[in-house]
Parts: sequence; structure tokens; C-alpha cells
Amino acid sequence: MPPRPDTAGLFPRAGAAQAWHNWRRHFSDFAQTHWRELTIAVPYLWLLVFFLVPFFIVLKISLAESLIASPPFSPLIEWAEGEALRIRIIFDNFAWLLEDELYVQTYLNSLKISTVSTVLCLLIGYPIAYAIVRAPPGARHILLLLIILPFWTSFLLRVYAWIGILADRGTINNFLMWTGVIDQPVRLLYSEFAVYLGIVYSYLPFMILPLYANMEKLDATLREAASDLGAHPATTFFTVTLPLTVPGIVAGALLVFIPATGEFVIPDLLGGGNVLMIGKVLYGEFNANHDWPVAAAVAIALLVVLVAPMMLYQHFQSREMEPGKWR
Amino acid sequence: MNPKRSTFLFSVLCFGMAFLYVPMALLVLYSFNHSKLVPVWGGFSLRWYKTLFTSEEVWNALTLSLQVAVVNATFATLLGTLAGLALVRFGRFRGRTLFTGMISAPLVMPEVITGLSLLLLFITMNELLGWPSSRGVTTITIAHITFSMAYVAVIIQSRLSGVAQDLEEAAQDLGGKPLRVMFDITLPLLAPGMLAGWLLAFTLSLDDLVIASFVSGPGANTLPMLIYSRVRLGLRPDINALATIIIMTVAIGVALAGYLLMRQRKQIDRDRQMAAAGAAT
Amino acid sequence: MTSATSAATDVYLERPWLDAAAEPFIRIQGVSKRFGDFTAVENVDLDIYRGELFSLLGGSGCGKTTLLRMLAGFETPTVGRITIDNADMTEAPPYQRPVNMMFQSYALFPHMNVADNVAYGLKRDRVPKNEIARRVAEILSMVELQEFGKRKPHQLSGGQRQRVALARALVKQPKVLLLDEPLAALDKRLREQTQFELMNLQERLGVTFIVVTHDQEEAMTLSTRIAVMDAGRIIQVGEPGEVYERPKTRKIANFIGSINTFDGRIVTVDGDAGELALSCPAFSSPLKVPREADLKAGQKATLAIRPEKIMMSKDAPEDRALARLQGEVVELAYMGNLSIYRVQVDGDGGDNNDGDGGDIIQVTAPNLQRVDRRNIEWDDRVWLSWRPDNSFILRD
Repeated sequence: MPPRPDTAGLFPRAGAAQAWHNWRRHFSDFAQTHWRELTIAVPYLWLLVFFLVPFFIVLKISLAESLIASPPFSPLIEWAEGEALRIRIIFDNFAWLLEDELYVQTYLNSLKISTVSTVLCLLIGYPIAYAIVRAPPGARHILLLLIILPFWTSFLLRVYAWIGILADRGTINNFLMWTGVIDQPVRLLYSEFAVYLGIVYSYLPFMILPLYANMEKLDATLREAASDLGAHPATTFFTVTLPLTVPGIVAGALLVFIPATGEFVIPDLLGGGNVLMIGKVLYGEFNANHDWPVAAAVAIALLVVLVAPMMLYQHFQSREMEPGKWR
Repeated sequence: MNPKRSTFLFSVLCFGMAFLYVPMALLVLYSFNHSKLVPVWGGFSLRWYKTLFTSEEVWNALTLSLQVAVVNATFATLLGTLAGLALVRFGRFRGRTLFTGMISAPLVMPEVITGLSLLLLFITMNELLGWPSSRGVTTITIAHITFSMAYVAVIIQSRLSGVAQDLEEAAQDLGGKPLRVMFDITLPLLAPGMLAGWLLAFTLSLDDLVIASFVSGPGANTLPMLIYSRVRLGLRPDINALATIIIMTVAIGVALAGYLLMRQRKQIDRDRQMAAAGAAT
Repeated sequence: MTSATSAATDVYLERPWLDAAAEPFIRIQGVSKRFGDFTAVENVDLDIYRGELFSLLGGSGCGKTTLLRMLAGFETPTVGRITIDNADMTEAPPYQRPVNMMFQSYALFPHMNVADNVAYGLKRDRVPKNEIARRVAEILSMVELQEFGKRKPHQLSGGQRQRVALARALVKQPKVLLLDEPLAALDKRLREQTQFELMNLQERLGVTFIVVTHDQEEAMTLSTRIAVMDAGRIIQVGEPGEVYERPKTRKIANFIGSINTFDGRIVTVDGDAGELALSCPAFSSPLKVPREADLKAGQKATLAIRPEKIMMSKDAPEDRALARLQGEVVELAYMGNLSIYRVQVDGDGGDNNDGDGGDIIQVTAPNLQRVDRRNIEWDDRVWLSWRPDNSFILRD
């Protein structure tokens, strides 16, 4: 005979089940009427708390005084004392950036490196994207997959691969010494050259993919029409293909330029102490010097530099994403 | 196409692929090198794999990273999908402009700034609310969700614009209330996009060094943090072994996914042809 | 009951719009729809009766689809009222309307098979399972797809998909079925066949159909009545014959078929005979044509005649009552079943005194003879003639 169920014990549980049931019903009513609000509110709140608020904290701290303490900056609450104090503090951290030639130099150098890398990526990426678009359809998918595949592997390890290639006793130097072209290793690693190589290598797919997406949409008959009307292939390229791929070029250039300017890993691993870039300085200011207000000021200054290209990119992005209008 | 130009394009492709893949191939090659000096060949050996597998540090970092990545991917997919739905389907609502800005800004925000600002947030929150008292898995996960959800939202937005609004309208026309239609039609059709978003968020998290370094606390080392601390001092053959394993895993995964996708597409094409042929007879 | 009144009642049963006392099934009253600055539908009044197969006809962007979407509930009128079967539906959401729609794209759910697609609406109404199965099977056999329940939409041909969409919308037994360009995605041969199937189905089920189409032939064949739309307004409502034979404006006349026009002035109006006399420079004597109520003697008016109503002969027609012109064939297009002739009329009459000869008149004639035995050729001198009461007066 099976053991009798413990009815006494069941009752409170039944009550709980009833409460649960009620709660579920209330919730489902609530969801039925307010699901739109909920759908918006949840990600909205998350972004407010973890994206917008932090941004204002950085702004505030960039205006604070650095102290040797924990946390190493003057408390934010003391700030209500008056405008005069505030102005003095603003002056301090940002003036420091302007006065110190090192910072100015670093900013300029970062912009130079990211600009040159962007141009290099475009020069290499454009023909590759073009070649993929013109490849036979079967091969096209595989080629595209090969361009995307590095995305899914570790960025850090792909940068690391170049250390082995460029080091004093790395692949290139070993090979050159073995062939007898040189008998002393050439300095390749820890140079600006290495940083360029690293950035172009890492960000090339970011250039190729938007270009490919843009070129793929181009009607092949446009080229045929141009050549039918007597245009030489080179003329067709410069008068038809190139102007029509400008959106792809802009998107790709921004996708390379913006992250490259703030890049930390590549200048750190491949540039060593010889190449100064903002991302590296910020990281160092923060983790080695513990000067948080200056680090925050560096971050704000970096944002100021990048705000125009970032807005431009957002503009492009939102135009792509425009929801379908009424018909 | 004329043969000269086709040769040119072919060599461009060869150059491009070589540029992308030779460094990775060397990485893999050197992982089997017996010599401790990475680029000097000292014979075939699996000793670095053994070093790697017996390192407790590596296992801990890997476990931590996978844990963060899975939780991150799940939450980022959830939040990103909601955000994408809100942006594509709900038309105008109050604060939409700010929302659009916040959801797409993390895509282009330099990592150092995201990392720094989140760290300062966590410190301020700890000061004011007493949480999070220590930084580690939780703070890294939150930071990762914040930037991964932006990527998921982009994928979802583009998929949603592809999911014909006709289908949702048809379901409503047949008596489905909006929430019902969401579960019956929108989400099932969005599932592939959500899967893609999940995978992307997962790899973004596994790949991140800078943000994790900022918001992590003592003792919480993710795999990229461990790799970084080792390689910044120079070449490490055991890291080559690790790289090989990662590259192989990704390559096999991508190849498999590509194969399955191709097979599915072929099946659909065949169905279409049969349907058309069947109608003609 | 006398036979006369019974005949009249029969007419009203089939054509309730002629009966002032008949109650409309769908009433659209003063409906406008604006999207920002753009007015898609402007001040539309329309009554549609039970069992009609009503067409909204117009070019792209004329507002016909927006009007249909307001009936379905996907858009809400900016102003105005829509009632269906005496219930106010102006603000009702789509899922609470006794109306179903067949989408132009068919909008079949790609992740569900045919049977699940058809059953979707019944499930939403919480119809018992066995009844769902029965009704799905019934409607699928009605559209001859009983074997296809397990197929996914992508495994069907275009015509089969169209029938699934139709079955899915009809299985809920809606009071009104809305069809958005139902035949546009089909090829020509299939389209003609499907037209008749659609009409048979509608007759059998007695459901009120409202069809949006840009294809005037389709509207002509299918409909009990047609509403012609342009720039958000309804410019004429009527039975197909009425819209074709007595179009109100030049725009409608040009949109549906083609016309030849002559400028003129009204000489006399004869109320008793229902005629008016119009003098046109192109003709030697005034023409007697059916009267339009609000036109008065002395007013300018345009005479219009359809190309197929014109007879063409080498010899002068005997009947002096015919309107007639003489001219020369300047163009000739052989279309297989018929030919289109363009004839330049003698003199410098008509509206353009530009000295290059008279108007060009277009004539269509059935090819009664094989093409090699055709008796009228390029450059032939011909007579054109038609019964004046086959022409009509246009207002601009």
C-alpha cells in the first residue's frame, strides 16, 4: 500500500501554489497590457545605468583633484563649494594635458598612426573586396567566410603572432640571416612600422566587409552599360564603380579609424616603449600612475577627438537601420 | 572577363589571404616546436601542449572566461533583442533618440574609455551603495553585457527589417493579439538572428582584454588577461599551443556551420524547383 | 404583387446599391488619413453592400491600399468613421475585427506548414481541436490543396501559395474578405483562371469581397462595382459597364481603356428625349448624344468615343444619322485578335489649329480576316463612323 499523502503538509503548499497562480495571472495581465513599455524599459535602464551614468562620472572625475589616497581623487561631494573652485580644477587636469608636450605629441601621433593605417587598409582592402565580389558565386561564400573567420579567433593572439614574426630572432630576421642578406638582426619589432603592420592586419576585415556589402549591392549591369557605351575598364572603374562605393569606403574607414585611434593592445605589444598612443597612455596613467583624474581627462580628450567620426558613423548606421515606412 | 584582369584579381586574393593566414599558420607551426626559442625550429614536439594542459592557472582562467562568456551572451542576447524590437517595431517613443545613441555608441567607443568609465562607476556605486564590494566575475560580466548587447541589437535590427511586417500583420488579422504575435511569429523567425547574436556576444567576451583588465579585481584573471600578462614579456611557446587550439576550434566550428547552412540552402532551392515543376505539370 | 414590382425587387436583390432603402453592410463616412504632411486618403464616403465583390481601382499611391488597411485595422483614420454590419470599427484593432485579409505577398508564415498556417486564426479564436481539423480539411479541399497540409510554404508554387493565403483568410468565415492585389504575383495564364475561381468562390460563400487592384481588366471582370481612386479621393463609383461606358472625367476615361475626344459646344438640350446636341468643328452638323443632367446650352463640352465603337470602311456609310469623318490610315498595329489603326482626319479641325492636318483618331477593329487578306492598309483613305449615342460627354 502506498504511503498516504501528508495532507496537513499539503495545505500550506497549496496556498503557496494559489499565491503563485495569482501572481502569475497578475503578471500575465500586466505583461499583456504593458509589454511594450517593458520591452523598452529593460534595455533602456541597463544602458542608462551602465553606459550613460559612467560617462558622467568620468566627466566629473576629470574635473576633480588627484590625491594620493583610495580612491585617488578628491571626493565628488565637496564640489558644491563654488564656481571658482570648479574652474580652477577644470584648469588643472586639462591644462596639464595641454602644457605637457608629451600628451600633445601622443594625441597627434595617435591620429597620424590611425589615419595612415586607415588609408593602408583601404588601399589593400578595396582590391580584395572587389576581387571577392567578382569571384564565382560558389567561391565567394568561402572567401567571405575566410575574411570573417579571424574575427572569431582571438584578437590578442593574432597580434601576438606578429611578435614571433618581427622579433630580433623572429621569422623574418632568421630567414634574412640564413640567406645571408644581413648578418645582424634588423629592428622590426617595437617600432612604428610594427604598429602599422599590426593595425592593418587586425583591422583589415573591418574595411573589407562594409566594402563587400556595398559592392555586392551594385548592379553588375551598370558596369556593362558603361562599357557598352564605350568606357574603357579603367574609366568605368573611376566613373561608375568608385563613386558608387563611397558609402562602403566611408563606413569601412570609420570602422578602422575610430578603434585604431584608441588602440591599446597593438602599440603596447608591438610598439613597446617607442610608440606613444593615447590608449596606452590612458591605460598607463590609470594602472601604473594611479592618477585617475588625469586618466579621466585623457579619456574625455580622446572622446572629443573621436566624437565627430563617431557621430558620422552613427548617422550612417541609423540610415541603414531606418525602419520600413508605411506604404 | 579578360584574362589579364582576372589574373590580377586572383593574385590580389592570394596576397590578401596569405597576409591574413600566414601569421596564424606560423603561430600553429611553432606550437609544435620542441625548442623554447619560439621561431627557431628544434624538432616536432607536443611538450607545450602538455605544459598548457597541466597549468592550473590556464584552466582557472579558461573556466572563468567561459563562465563570463556564457552568462554575458545570454543576457546580451536578451537585452539586445528587446532593444532591437523596441527600435524597429515600436515607432516613436519618448527618449528614442537617446536610446538609439546609447545602443549604438558602445560599437564605436574606444575600449579604454568603456573600461575606465565602468570601473569608475563600480567604485562610485560601492561608495554610495556598498555594492559591488569586490570586483571580479560579476563586474566583468556586467561590463561585457553592456557592450555586447549593442552588437546583438544591430544584428536583431537588421534581421527584423528583413522579417516582413506583413507576417505580423497577417497574424494580427487572423486574431492574434500583439504579444501573442510576438511569440508565434516574430521570435521564431528571429531565432537564427538571436543565435548569431549569442555567438557573437560569446566570442566578444572571450576576446576582450582591455575592458576586463579595467573592471576586474585581484584574483579574477580571464583567459585574455592571462595571455597578455605572459606575452607582454615576450614569446611563450605554450601560448602558441593555446592559440592553435583556439584557431582549430573556431575553424572547425565555422566550417561546420558553413556546411550546414549551405546544405539547408541547397535543400530549400531544390524544394522551390520541385514546387515550380510540380505546378507546371 | 404585380410582375413589375417583383422584377424591380429582383433587381434590388442583385443590385442593392440601386435601392435607396437598402442598408449598406460597410459604411465608410468622411474618412481621411494623413501621414505627417502627406494625405493618403481624403474625405472618402463609400457604402458597400452584403455579398458584393467590390474593387478599389487606381494607380500606385492613389490611396487604395491605405483605405484597405483602414478596413483591416492596420491604420486608424485621422478623421471619419468606419462601420461594418452596424458595428463601429473605426478604432478596433485588427485582431478584433470580423474581417480577414489576403496579403499581396500572401504573408504565409514560413515556419509553419500549410495546415498550421490555415489553422492559426482558428486557434486564436480557441476553436476546439477536432473542429479546427475538420474546418482546415474542408477549406483545403475547397481550394484543392487537401494533399498539401504538411508542406511548408517554400515547397509550394506561386498559385498554390495564393490558394493557401485565400484558405487561411476564409477559414475564419469573416464578414468581409479584403484582397490586396490578389492576382498580381501570378503569371498571366494563371491569373485569368484564378479570376474565375475567385468569383465562383465568392458566389458560393456569399462573403463580401473588397479587392484592391491596379489592373483595370481585373476590376472589370471580377467586380459587382468599382471605385476608381486618384490622389486619395474616390472619383467615380459604379458598375463596371457604367465606369467604362460613362466615365465621369477624362482622367477615368484614360485610366480605363483609351478614348478619342473632340472639343465642342452645346447647342440645345432636349430634356424629354434625354439628348443634347453638340456642335464640334470636326463635324459638319451637330451630334445628338445622351444628355448629362447638369449641362446647359452654350456650355463648352468634350465629346468622347471609345476606339472599338468606331466603324471603319472604304466607302462612305449610308446612314446619315451616324457621326462620320474621313481620313487616312497613318499607323497600323497588328495585335493578333484585333488591330489598332491610327487615322489622321482631314482638315485642320479639332482643338489644335496647328496646320499639320486634323486629329489622330484611334480605332480598334477585330481581325475578321486573316492578316494577308486585310483590306485596309497604310495610307488608305477611310471613312470613320459611329452611332452618336455610343459616344459620351466628358467634364474635365
